[in-house]
Amino acid sequence: MIILLLLPVLMIILFGFGISTEIKNTNVAVFDPLRNTTTQQIVNDLSMSEYFIIDRYLSRIEDAESVLKTGGVGLVLVFGDASVQLITDGSDPNTATTLTSYATAIINMSVMRNQQITTPDTPQINIEMKLLYNPTMKGAYNTVPGVLGMVLMLICTMMTSISIAREKETGSMELLLVSPVKPITIILSKTAPYFALSLVSFATVLLLSVFVLHVPIVGSLALLIGLTMIFIFLCLSLGVLISIAAPSQIVAMLVSAVVMMMPTMLLSGLMFPIENMPLALQAVAQILPVKWYIEAARSVMIKGVGIAGIVRELIILSAMALFFLAVSVKKFNKRIE
Amino acid sequence: MKTTVIKVDNLTKTFGRFTAVDHISFEVSRGEIFGFLGANGAGKTTAMRMLCGLSRPTSGSGTVAGCDISRSSEEVKKHIGYMSQKFALYEDLKVWENMRLYAGIYGVKRREIPKVIDDMLATLGFTAEKNTLVKELPLGWKQKLAFSVSIIHRPSIVFLDEPTGGVDPAARRQFWELIYKAAADGITVFVTTHYMDEAEYCNRVSIMVDGRIEALGTPSDLKQKFAASSMDEVFTMLARSAKRADN
Repeated sequence: MIILLLLPVLMIILFGFGISTEIKNTNVAVFDPLRNTTTQQIVNDLSMSEYFIIDRYLSRIEDAESVLKTGGVGLVLVFGDASVQLITDGSDPNTATTLTSYATAIINMSVMRNQQITTPDTPQINIEMKLLYNPTMKGAYNTVPGVLGMVLMLICTMMTSISIAREKETGSMELLLVSPVKPITIILSKTAPYFALSLVSFATVLLLSVFVLHVPIVGSLALLIGLTMIFIFLCLSLGVLISIAAPSQIVAMLVSAVVMMMPTMLLSGLMFPIENMPLALQAVAQILPVKWYIEAARSVMIKGVGIAGIVRELIILSAMALFFLAVSVKKFNKRIE
Repeated sequence: MKTTVIKVDNLTKTFGRFTAVDHISFEVSRGEIFGFLGANGAGKTTAMRMLCGLSRPTSGSGTVAGCDISRSSEEVKKHIGYMSQKFALYEDLKVWENMRLYAGIYGVKRREIPKVIDDMLATLGFTAEKNTLVKELPLGWKQKLAFSVSIIHRPSIVFLDEPTGGVDPAARRQFWELIYKAAADGITVFVTTHYMDEAEYCNRVSIMVDGRIEALGTPSDLKQKFAASSMDEVFTMLARSAKRADN
């Protein structure tokens, strides 16, 4: 039980700081054959930010790749006649994307300020981005909704399935089944404690993300809570369903871990962007409940979308929840055959 | 006057091509202690599960406490108690907590629960152990507790699936005293066992071999019929013909 309450804390800290510390204090190499005031200004602005440190100036453009590979440099800035090229290491796409988007923002600001104070005939600078090995973009505030999804899945689905499977092992389930109690009563009473537990975890993760990671909740908190309730309900139904199919605790655990947790971690878009996956895997991702939850939670938390913006997700999640619940209640009755 | 509380007619259960219970028929009267004997794998538990409404019969019919076991199995559940082979009370709960939980589950009225618990603790002589965790009780005590809990709602029939597995003879004797008491109170006791000394305690016994009932009668009738000095001999004679291996 204590582990269950500490786990969300651990996860949010690992995932949250794991991503954010990498981006701070990134070494930047600059290739600047022009050395004019505009380029100086840009380099200056970059070094002022907390994200970048100007590490070195390159004398030859050919060195760009080698410093990326071995030089401990995260970003190479190449000034051309009227353009800036950003070169990053796409083998770590998350970091690379974040770096380029940060740098782009800073350069844009720098250029704009420059244009205001200088004469109109100063050469315009167009920013041209180049992300080696991974051309897609991906947002940064992915972590908190993702961790929420995973933690809730873990507590609700896994723990529920294990707890019901345990009753099968000890034989107390048989006693419940010969009693006049209705299956729905058994299911509800087995899931209620985990429902409460997941609400506690949900609150923990939210508090941590707001006060420790400084990820804001832009949208309505009530909407986020409502959305989460539906998702918790869905996870619980899924847990019950797994436990009905699983004859023992160990099987229940393996099924939840392999069938649910792995795809959740890998395919939900938490670690890798869904758009980059092969079509078959993208299709698999569509049927993962957690994918819809993460998307909706992200919209509400980060973009501040109202209920109209996540209607589709809400409908899909509710439909899945009702489906799993219906199947569980139906299957539950005839279990000992 | 004898009232029939269990009536089974050609009850059969097959799993794929395996016939676990093969056309069994018998009747049990109210207040009777009915021993349901058989080697492991003979089909005792399967038959019992059908009677309790846990498993649907493949063919044949049966009524328990006046309710049809195929059509109204939920109705059957209101009139029976059940004690499974495995010890199935919650080990992390105290003695009285288990009683309260099952009293609630089996629909004892909320107002009556405290009295029911007190009576039961007194009958068992467990009053001092009211707050003991069930896992700290010796096995024999646990089984007595499990039996009492299974009749907490005064069912008309209680099904006991090998209730005395693994306990010493003294504890078994005490357990049977509880069974006699329940029977004297008008509860019909349907008990499976493979201890043949226990078979002697039953009013009537049936012996299952390979899914069929091969013998049925009072222990003394059966001993006479098979010219045996004990139920153990009767059983050995019948069990020898079994084709199914012990599992």
